Order: sequence, then structure tokens, then C-alpha cells
Amino acid sequence: MRKSYQLIALVFTFVFMSTIASAQCKSFAKRICKMELIPYIHDGNYHAAILTEGEEAELYKTFYSGQDYRIAVCGGPESIPDVEFQVIDAYKNVLYDNKEHNLNRVWDFKLESSQQLKIAIKVPKSNTVSEYPASGCVAIMFGVKESQ
Amino acid sequence: MARKFITNQPRFIFLIFCCLLLASCNSGKKKASEVNIEDFITEDEIFDDIDKAKKIFYSLPSPLETAMLIKSAGAKYDETILNSISNKTKYTITKTQALNLGIYTTDLSFASLFDQTQTSINYMSAARTLADGLDISDAIDDDTMRRLEENLQNRDVVMDIISETFLNCSSYLKENERQDVAAIVLVGGWVEGLYLATQLIGDASIVNNKLADRILEQKLSFNIVQRMLDDNKSKEDGSQNKDIVALMSDLKELKTCFDKVKVETTETSAVTEEGSSITTLKSSTTVSVEPADFKALQASVAKLRTGFIQ
Repeated sequence: MRKSYQLIALVFTFVFMSTIASAQCKSFAKRICKMELIPYIHDGNYHAAILTEGEEAELYKTFYSGQDYRIAVCGGPESIPDVEFQVIDAYKNVLYDNKEHNLNRVWDFKLESSQQLKIAIKVPKSNTVSEYPASGCVAIMFGVKESQ
Repeated sequence: MARKFITNQPRFIFLIFCCLLLASCNSGKKKASEVNIEDFITEDEIFDDIDKAKKIFYSLPSPLETAMLIKSAGAKYDETILNSISNKTKYTITKTQALNLGIYTTDLSFASLFDQTQTSINYMSAARTLADGLDISDAIDDDTMRRLEENLQNRDVVMDIISETFLNCSSYLKENERQDVAAIVLVGGWVEGLYLATQLIGDASIVNNKLADRILEQKLSFNIVQRMLDDNKSKEDGSQNKDIVALMSDLKELKTCFDKVKVETTETSAVTEEGSSITTLKSSTTVSVEPADFKALQASVAKLRTGFIQ
């Protein structure tokens, strides 16, 4: 009987916490990261996931000439280290690395010609000693506007 | 009872920690090892290192970006080519609801960019009907409709409302483990953009035609469409997702047409002018296709879209 209670509590905790984590990630993307795109218009796409220290992610997208873009890569809460990101072309040229720009959350760019790019993201390992690795929501958002 | 619980508490906490870790692992897309890369065009070397990352995102042009691309290519507004809102009652199953939610959102974005106020309200309302059908009624609610009606003369606010609506739809679906449905919505919106562009260009020459270039450049996004669908074709229990498999089959003819389009891009250099905050990515992309193959592409898109809206 006691084991049953513990099992129920465990299942409840699992469902509850995963729901909370997902909801917090959505809320973080909408209320915090989207603000980083101003004055660009958010394209409406949603790319976010819970990442742990040391984890990497990649995003593939086609970007078009004649448009100005802003990439925002945000991590939260503050317990996870600032997220590193690189923008890479099909020839593996690193076109932007935020480590060279004080780990900026945003990068503005435009293209002379349309092409596919890869956004490589990494949550670096924290220098803080902790029993468990920190994890948090990482959102990648795109702002767009017509080139002037 | 209490004593025993306390004795087992470290183990219990450890189990909770494991659950939390599992929950976080499930939040992203499938692991790269599950992606069947061999099925796809190998000319795009950008996907070469895909196995190294744990989480992969594929991003298609959203309905809003698609509409902006069409408008910036010099296209004119033509309401007759939009999917009639009277069709909304036809869509009663998940696949058609999701496809046409994407289609109506692209039509809504297109109408809004050309300041078609009443049409924008009508299409937002149609999109709401389909969102309700997909159980994402919170994405477009009374407040969304009221804000839209109050700000119809302010295009920036209207675009922000459309963007937020699409964000609400896709985030709700993804956070509720319905990424397959989110992918179908995206594909519906992308195909509608392709349809609008191929209809608007009509019989015009494709030489030095910006809209034609925009259409042909969609070959790049088509690769992403295929990968995104492949990523979602298997369910958690190992069975196949019938809607996604059917959609992949629907797109085969379009693939044949895009295979005849050549897109070549040179290496890129990033240049930031002094005093500017915007970096320019300098490269050259050559897009080419035979006129007859372009006609075949137009016909294929029209056939595909007709199938989607029926």
C-alpha cells in the first residue's frame, strides 16, 4: 500500500514537473526571448527545448535575400550558463560565433543571396561545482523585416 | 509508516531526479541517429555533421515570412486564389485540419500584408475554427479576434498578432507531444505560399523574375520539409504515423520537379561595415531550370494544393 502511494506520488511528480517545465519553456520563449527580437517582427515559429549543461542542438533554416534577419538564442533560468551559438554555411565556414562577441544573445544579418544555414547551439558546462548538472530552456527565435 | 518513508527518501528523491531528467530529454526532437539521411538529396553538405548534435530543429519559412517573401518579390494581391473560407467545414480530420490551418494562416498573412482588413478578420476566424478542431482553442481566442479588429489599421500590430497566433499554435502542439501535427501545419502553410507564388507568376517569363527566383529557391526549404516529415513519421511505439507517411507520398511528385531545379551557392563571407550593426553575408547563388520544368513545377504545386483543400 505504501509503495502504491509512493508510485502514485512519483508518477504525479513526473507528469506535473514535465508539464511545468514545458509550460515554463513556452512562457520563457514568448515573454523573454521574443522581446529580444524587437524591432524585428517575430516570424511566428517556435523552437525551444530543455537542454542540460554540455548539451548541443542544431537548427537548419533557409534564409532569403532581400530580408533582414535577427537571430535570438536565449537560455533561462539564470542558473544555466549563457548559451553559445555559431552560424555556419554549407561549406562549414563559421560566419558568426557569439563567443567572439561577449556571448551576445542576438545577431543581425542580411544576405546577398538566399542560402541554407545551420545554427549550432551549446550550453557550456558551468564552472560552479554542483551535484547535478543545471538544465534550462533554450529558445531559438527569428525576427524578420524587409531590407531597407 | 513515516519512518520507513524517511528511510527511503534519498532513493525517492533520486527517482524523482531521474524522472525530471527523462522529462527534459523528451522535450526536444528525436535524436539525430533516428534521421534517415540517405533518403534525401546529398548535394546540400550543410547536413553532413548532423549526427553530432543531440537535438535537431528544422525551420521552414512561417506563413508570415512566406507572405513577406511573396510581397517583396513584387507580387500583386489576388483574393481569388486564396482557399475559400467556406471550405472550413469540410475539414473534419486531423490531417486536413492541420494542413488547412497552415493554409489559412498563410492566406491571412498575405491578405494582411496587403491591408485587406475584412479578409484578414475572415481568415483569422476560419483559422480559429480549425484550431478549435485541433483542440488548440487557446491559440486563437476572443481576445485575439478583438485585438485584431481594434488594430486593423496598424499593420505592424496585425503582423504581431498573426505571429503570436502561429507561435501559440505551434508551441502548444510541440509542448503536448503533437509535433507531427505541428509539422503538418507548417507544411500546409509552406505549400500555400508556393501555390500563391506560382499562381501569381502565371505565364510570365521566369528570366530575371524575382518571384520566379523565390519559387525556385524553395528547393532549399523543400529539403527541410522532407527531413522534418521523416523526423516525425514514426510514433513513440514504433508504428508509423499514417498522416505523415501519406503527406510524404503526396510530396513525391513535387520532389521530382524540384530535382530538376539547380541551386548552387558559393562560399560565404561575413562582412560588417564599420558603424553598422548588421552583417552582410556575401555569396552568390545560381538558380536555374528549364521553362518546361518550371511549368511542370507550377502544375505539380496546383495539384498538390487542390488535394489539400478538398
